[in-house]
Amino acid sequence: MISAPFDYHRPSSLAEALSLLARHGDDARVLAGGHSLVPAMKLRLAEPRVLVDLSRVAELRGISEKDGRIVIGAMTTHAELASSSFLAAKCPLLTETAPQIGDIQVRNKGTIGGSLAHADPAADWPPVALALDAEMEVAGPSGSRMIAAAGFFTDIMQTALRPGEVLRAIRVRPTGPSVAYVKTEQKASGFALCGVAVVVDRAANRVSVAITGIAATPFRASQVERALEGGPLTAERIGEAARVAAAGAQLLSDMHGSADYRAHLAQVNVRRAIVRASART
Amino acid sequence: MDRSGMNVRVMCRVNGANVTIEAHPMMRLLDALRSKLRLTGTKEGCGEGECGACAVLVDGDLVNSCLFPLLHAEGTAITTIEGVAAGGRLHAVQEAFLACGGAQCGICTPGMVLAAITLLERNPNPTEAEVKAGLAGNLCRCTGYMRIFEAVVSACRR
Ligand SMILES: Cc1cc2nc3c(=O)[nH]c(=O)nc-3n(C[C@H](O)[C@H](O)[C@H](O)COP(=O)(O)OP(=O)(O)OC[C@H]3O[C@@H](n4cnc5c(N)ncnc54)[C@H](O)[C@@H]3O)c2cc1C
Ligand code: FES
Ligand code: FES
Repeated sequence: MISAPFDYHRPSSLAEALSLLARHGDDARVLAGGHSLVPAMKLRLAEPRVLVDLSRVAELRGISEKDGRIVIGAMTTHAELASSSFLAAKCPLLTETAPQIGDIQVRNKGTIGGSLAHADPAADWPPVALALDAEMEVAGPSGSRMIAAAGFFTDIMQTALRPGEVLRAIRVRPTGPSVAYVKTEQKASGFALCGVAVVVDRAANRVSVAITGIAATPFRASQVERALEGGPLTAERIGEAARVAAAGAQLLSDMHGSADYRAHLAQVNVRRAIVRASART
Repeated sequence: MDRSGMNVRVMCRVNGANVTIEAHPMMRLLDALRSKLRLTGTKEGCGEGECGACAVLVDGDLVNSCLFPLLHAEGTAITTIEGVAAGGRLHAVQEAFLACGGAQCGICTPGMVLAAITLLERNPNPTEAEVKAGLAGNLCRCTGYMRIFEAVVSACRR
């Protein structure tokens, strides 16, 4: 049983959605695929009085290219991302990650925008956004703004989105093939106990590494990145760098895995992800 | 569950028939199917999107009806387990589940059969790994899965 909201709206444009959010203030929540919000409402973790359903806002859906950036509408489902041949060619980290989310049913309804806005510490899109240096295109009552992924995930299930704002799209630069997403999942849900996204930029001689599932927020493993600077990606250097994967992180510890176990997974998955990404040319 | 009094009329096709359901927009599709349309073949297992017992096809896509707001069904074509057999004849996948012993208590079976049907529609000759991936969102506590996988493989041959 879901706690029924008092009011439900299904706008057909972003402008209409924004004005509904402005009118209802803190009482309102947007509904995307519902695969995080509906369970939260069932558990009474969320009890919005007003729901603004984005499912009819066509401008929030789809994948395009603009000014050299790939633009992914917030309401694009995990399944649509998984099956995009455009993304497979232009930004393969997205098509490698999408099929690793949940199961078919979850991927058919869940959206990339919902996942990023929900900011579950075990979600798969946040580290991918971080490793790609994505920009979040946000629409709000006073116009649009961009938030860099690095500043988006502020705390456990908290983002830099302000009340009344809607995540409109995610923008990323195209990459080469040297990318990888390696995750160890919780067996029941598929959520990440530890997921690692890696982008190797050969031209700039730089490796980006981001980790999810082990701390309150996903983070860039900057110590690993620094340890790899200015040298070849040999197995030995990768192995050495991966040892500091979890260094300094405030590790989560729960029934799914202890802090020590998560730290270990981080080292192993960081090593595997960099090895895999650097072997893809 | 409707505490707000704001019912809506949702029109969709269920197993080929046009239906109108009057309910709260956030009623779970699962409850609408079971209690409004009396299509009780669709089961509730976990109610949290993890087990797939409640899976149905919406416009051909497998979804968990326990997390699916009724209003998202408007204008769609839904197939439940009741719509799988045609003209009194079981679907090849159902025949195969019977022949291979792919169903025991039956709670997972409706969702499992629909997952197998969409899998085979998209990929008529799946490998074993593809069968497992295709059914990954459907849990079974009875059969140990092997007979279900066998049923899917044997359904391809039918
Ligand atoms: C069984 C199960 C397994 C799962 N496994 C995984 C997994 O392995 N990996 C993983 O990453 N995720 C997993 N998920 C979560 C899934 O990916 C969700 O779909 C996703 O986290 C939320 O997306 P949604 O579209 O369903 O959002 P909703 O549930 O509709 O919304 C989630 C939150 O984000 C807000 N929101 C949504 N869209 C926007 C927007 N455009 N702008 C501003 N705010 C917005 C909502 O108000 C709400 O607070 C799983 C979920 C289930 C039920
Ligand atoms: S009852 Fe819907 S997934 Fe378990
Ligand atoms: S037959 Fe009982 S759960 Fe699968």
